[in-house]
Amino acid sequence: MATESVKYVAPETDTKTSSKVFPRPGQNTTGIVNWLTTIDHKKIGLMYGLASLSFLLIGGLEALLIRTQLWSHNMEVLSNRQYNQMFTMHGTTMVFLVIMPMSAAFFNYLMPLQIGARDVAFPRMNTLSLWCFIAGGIILNLSWFFTGGAPAIGWFGYAPLTDNRFAEVLMDMGPDFWIFSLQVLGIASLLASFNFITTIINMRAPGMTMMRMPLFTWMTLFVSFLLILALPAIAIALAELMFDRSYGTNFFDFLEGGKPHLWQHLFWIFGHPEVYILILPAMGIVSEIIPVFSRKPLFGYGLIVFSGAIIGFMGFAVWSHHMFTTGMGIVATSAFSILTMLIAIPTGVKIFNWIGTMWGGRIRFDPPMLFALGFITMFMIGGFTGIMHSSVPIDAQHQDTYFVVAHFHYVLIGGALFGLFAGFYFWLPKITGKMMNKSLGKFVFTLMFIGFNLTFFPMHYLGMIGQPRRTHTYNLGHGFETWNQIATIGSFILGIGVFIGFLQFVHSFCSKKLKPAGKNPWDARTLEWTLSSPVKEHNFARTPIIKARDQAWENNYGPPENHSEKVPLDDHGVHMPDRSWTPLLSGIGLLTMVLGLLFHLSLDQSGEVVRDYTVAIVGGVIFILGVILWAVEGGGGYHLFPKEEDE
Amino acid sequence: MSDAATHALDHHEPPTSTGIPNKKVLMWAFLGSDCMFFGTLISTHLIYRKISATVNGTPLDIRNIFDIELTSFSTFILLASSLFMALAVSAIHKGNLTGTRWMLFGTVVFGTIFLACQVYEFTHFVYLEGHELTLSTYQGEAHVFGSTFYVLTGTHGTHVAIGVFWLIGWLLYSFTGRMTTADAIDIECCGLYWHFVDIVWIIIFPVVYLMEYAF
Repeated sequence: MATESVKYVAPETDTKTSSKVFPRPGQNTTGIVNWLTTIDHKKIGLMYGLASLSFLLIGGLEALLIRTQLWSHNMEVLSNRQYNQMFTMHGTTMVFLVIMPMSAAFFNYLMPLQIGARDVAFPRMNTLSLWCFIAGGIILNLSWFFTGGAPAIGWFGYAPLTDNRFAEVLMDMGPDFWIFSLQVLGIASLLASFNFITTIINMRAPGMTMMRMPLFTWMTLFVSFLLILALPAIAIALAELMFDRSYGTNFFDFLEGGKPHLWQHLFWIFGHPEVYILILPAMGIVSEIIPVFSRKPLFGYGLIVFSGAIIGFMGFAVWSHHMFTTGMGIVATSAFSILTMLIAIPTGVKIFNWIGTMWGGRIRFDPPMLFALGFITMFMIGGFTGIMHSSVPIDAQHQDTYFVVAHFHYVLIGGALFGLFAGFYFWLPKITGKMMNKSLGKFVFTLMFIGFNLTFFPMHYLGMIGQPRRTHTYNLGHGFETWNQIATIGSFILGIGVFIGFLQFVHSFCSKKLKPAGKNPWDARTLEWTLSSPVKEHNFARTPIIKARDQAWENNYGPPENHSEKVPLDDHGVHMPDRSWTPLLSGIGLLTMVLGLLFHLSLDQSGEVVRDYTVAIVGGVIFILGVILWAVEGGGGYHLFPKEEDE
Repeated sequence: MSDAATHALDHHEPPTSTGIPNKKVLMWAFLGSDCMFFGTLISTHLIYRKISATVNGTPLDIRNIFDIELTSFSTFILLASSLFMALAVSAIHKGNLTGTRWMLFGTVVFGTIFLACQVYEFTHFVYLEGHELTLSTYQGEAHVFGSTFYVLTGTHGTHVAIGVFWLIGWLLYSFTGRMTTADAIDIECCGLYWHFVDIVWIIIFPVVYLMEYAF
């Protein structure tokens, strides 16, 4: 931060009085307090990214344990219950604590830069979203240490697996931890999504019309809408499940008149849009990278935008293809089968657009481009097997076999994770200001690509010959051993690749030897590349006036009338919001409340259930106190006066 | 809007791309999301309503325990509170602080009456001899109606309670002397929320109560 060009001016309005109610860290706060109280979208994005990468290592470790158990027939590395816990935690971690927050990290860091905004619309709410995510991650992983250990119900938590009476352990708390962590993570996603929607709709720089927005920003918008409309279904389902488990309601209790089938519907009404929530950010990233490394504008920008919209819209109409074998009847299965086939069309449109972008371009095979190409090819294989599953008879054959495991890992690793890694290799120079070693990046890609295919391609075959998923071992004589061993070897290669990638990312933050990136190392096209690397705290010294779609590219190569201009300087400076303790306080309150609810039940000597809500009430009071202080302290803020070119 | 208010808005909230204040966009996005919350709950209730309509082989007649006169009264009260809320928003836009205060007070009172009716109703359903509709049973027999009924109407009641506390917050704020027309947008968001909660009740009342008399 160029502090010499910055002078501190207190706000001259009424906010001065209200901000005295609660001491707020000032402009020059450093160290841990700076990170705990920050409301800067870039720092929040960094923390999201680091936390999700750490969870990636935890989830990956769980995956490696699963693969070790399946190395050969009748292995005893994990007991059957431990195996169930492992795949439950692996799935839940990878979906809710890795891919979603990693996408949120990119949304947070890049979206305001791409639309020329100072920050998101509600910076403190953004911080609360981060702390809710951290709290959710803590709650889920705490489950290992309490009665019953981690949940053993699958990431889908189908009834009646979650029913108390069928638990293997008395007073099994695993599912409760799972329920509450998903609720808290849901709050995190909702808060972030409301924020992103408001920001994209309302805080675009002058001239940044909707159809000039970068593709990644479009995908942020679609994903945010998907989240706010899909999460309520699972939030209510989880609340009903919580009432079932703790207060004896009968929503999913088939012995008392409830319908376990309803859980499946509610889960997948959320769960299928969730699939697009996981993949659309990666599609946005790839849509940014391919034009840059092909040195051509994106082919069919409008088509890609509207395909994204159609995917998002239709994503709400295909959920029951996860339930073809539950006996919904011919009409329902046919309808969902047709819609599932139809949703392949907009996805295919996008793939043809990316190919069209590369066609005739001068392609550079740098790590971001390699991962992007890996995304397209691997996602296509996952997509093809997906279309296979839209056919009901084939789906009935594949249900609960390793073929399905192969399918969704091709979509979620080959698709989402490769896309996100492409994003890391592409944007980390912007974030750290330093270039990463390209050869090492290519090596990481090679390891991940080979390891990934070795692990998951054989699973297509294993599924076809009948190896069931979610089963902790298999007997000799089915012909499963060879391909399982190849898959296990592959998974370790993939794990090593991901770990080296992780080290390279962390190293690029700490190292002082890497060569500086400059403003635009890739000769990229969108607005964030007009800023210095790393981006200054205030983002833009003067708000840009946008004249064209690929503004950074037009500024360098376009005709003069397409060059962006700057909003004239005034004596107002850049208004920066104050740092704040209240989001952290509210987050701690929420965590305390949830832990209180988790542990409120106990048995006394006579075996009677005793309820004690003290801790939950204390947590709730802290949360409400946080919110009240938040409201009372007001926006606050100070003004920066950066030099014209200091951005 | 007075000059002072325009100035304050200019200072704190730079003009937005759409011209709509950020807080209002946020509120609409939240309400869109909340529609899905209630949609899920109402669907659950409708799915279970007939499936589990027998207790021990005899059809459940929930009409025996419903007090439709009371619920109609509380419905009327809640709808009337929306009028007060709209008048409060109108008053703050005109800079009429006294009017805002009285209309907010009216909304709070009517919201509280609605909540009191709901507490009375819940208590009677659970404890009155011959009713005994709990979360899991009806007159001692396992049943789902209580589960969906209490969780759905309870979630709505929680929304009303949050709204009442929010309005009380603004009512107290109006006595600090700091309230200006610059706060109109906040009152308006509060109003959006309040009207939405009312609209949800307009759906719940026929779907949960009146339909039992029709089908």
